[in-house]
Amino acid sequence: MRHDLVLRVVAKLLIPFIVLFALYVQFHGDFGPGGGFQAGVILAAAFVLYALIFGLASARKVVPEPLVEAMMALGVLIYAGVGVAGIVLGGNYLDFFVLDPDTIIGQHRGIFWVEIGVAVTVSGVMLKMFYMFADRGHGEDT
Amino acid sequence: MIETWIINVLMVFMALAVWVIIRSRNLFGVIVMGGVYSFLTATVMVAMDAVDVAMTEAAVGAGISTVLFLSALYLCKGDEAKPMKSPLLPLLVSTGVGVMLVFGALGLPEFSNSNSPLNQHVGPGYLADIPEKVDVPNLVTAVLASYRSFDTLGETTVVFTAGAGVVALLRRRRKGAKR
Repeated sequence: MRHDLVLRVVAKLLIPFIVLFALYVQFHGDFGPGGGFQAGVILAAAFVLYALIFGLASARKVVPEPLVEAMMALGVLIYAGVGVAGIVLGGNYLDFFVLDPDTIIGQHRGIFWVEIGVAVTVSGVMLKMFYMFADRGHGEDT
Repeated sequence: MIETWIINVLMVFMALAVWVIIRSRNLFGVIVMGGVYSFLTATVMVAMDAVDVAMTEAAVGAGISTVLFLSALYLCKGDEAKPMKSPLLPLLVSTGVGVMLVFGALGLPEFSNSNSPLNQHVGPGYLADIPEKVDVPNLVTAVLASYRSFDTLGETTVVFTAGAGVVALLRRRRKGAKR
């Protein structure tokens, strides 16, 4: 699909908005519908669309494979790190009340980082799976 | 009222999509119809006010999994092969499971019934508790991220494990390595 002008133009127009929508779903998840998982899959879908239109090689330049692999683990570590932060600050594991002197702000802070962790892992896993599947059959013997 | 009508019309479209999937021998068409089915499901979920689930369904069901199926199709023939055995037993099993599921669903409380156990057990507690203690307008986020934080950590780990499993299975061997 690399030479299809209509698809290229439409994709270039759409992708920024898809990424923006993913960020909206991520950071507005406390107020509107959405959250880390939804934001993660929408973000991954944006890059999958990019890879479909502009080819796997150029997608790998935008989101290199080591970064995607690191994201998979990093999200879980961020999430678990929030839990450890709760212990360090004198509470239980994943206790958000102790993250700030004001317990409500502490809750908000905990939810924010937890959702970041979910989004990072989910988008990393989705992209990595896409890379692995799309790569099959392309120069398997090279 | 109008939602019920919209959902019923969408259900008819979904049934049509399933019929086309059953009849078609062209796998590309089947995959595209699968994506259409997912989008219809997502729209039903919007009509039922479950926008979170609808977004996930549209992005994962219609978007990413369709793309994964297409990349799998790239590796095989485009037409469905004739089944080697008679499909009677699988048909019987899936019909049986379907009938049991419908039978079970008939026993569920009515959708959006405020007296159902679903809305009477812990729901009212959350509704009273969250504005005071967490103060997040989206109660779903508050429940998932704060109250059920351990569950969500487990889910994230499951997603990570699934990704690691795919990497372990599909990672290409290095050049020159033994097959």
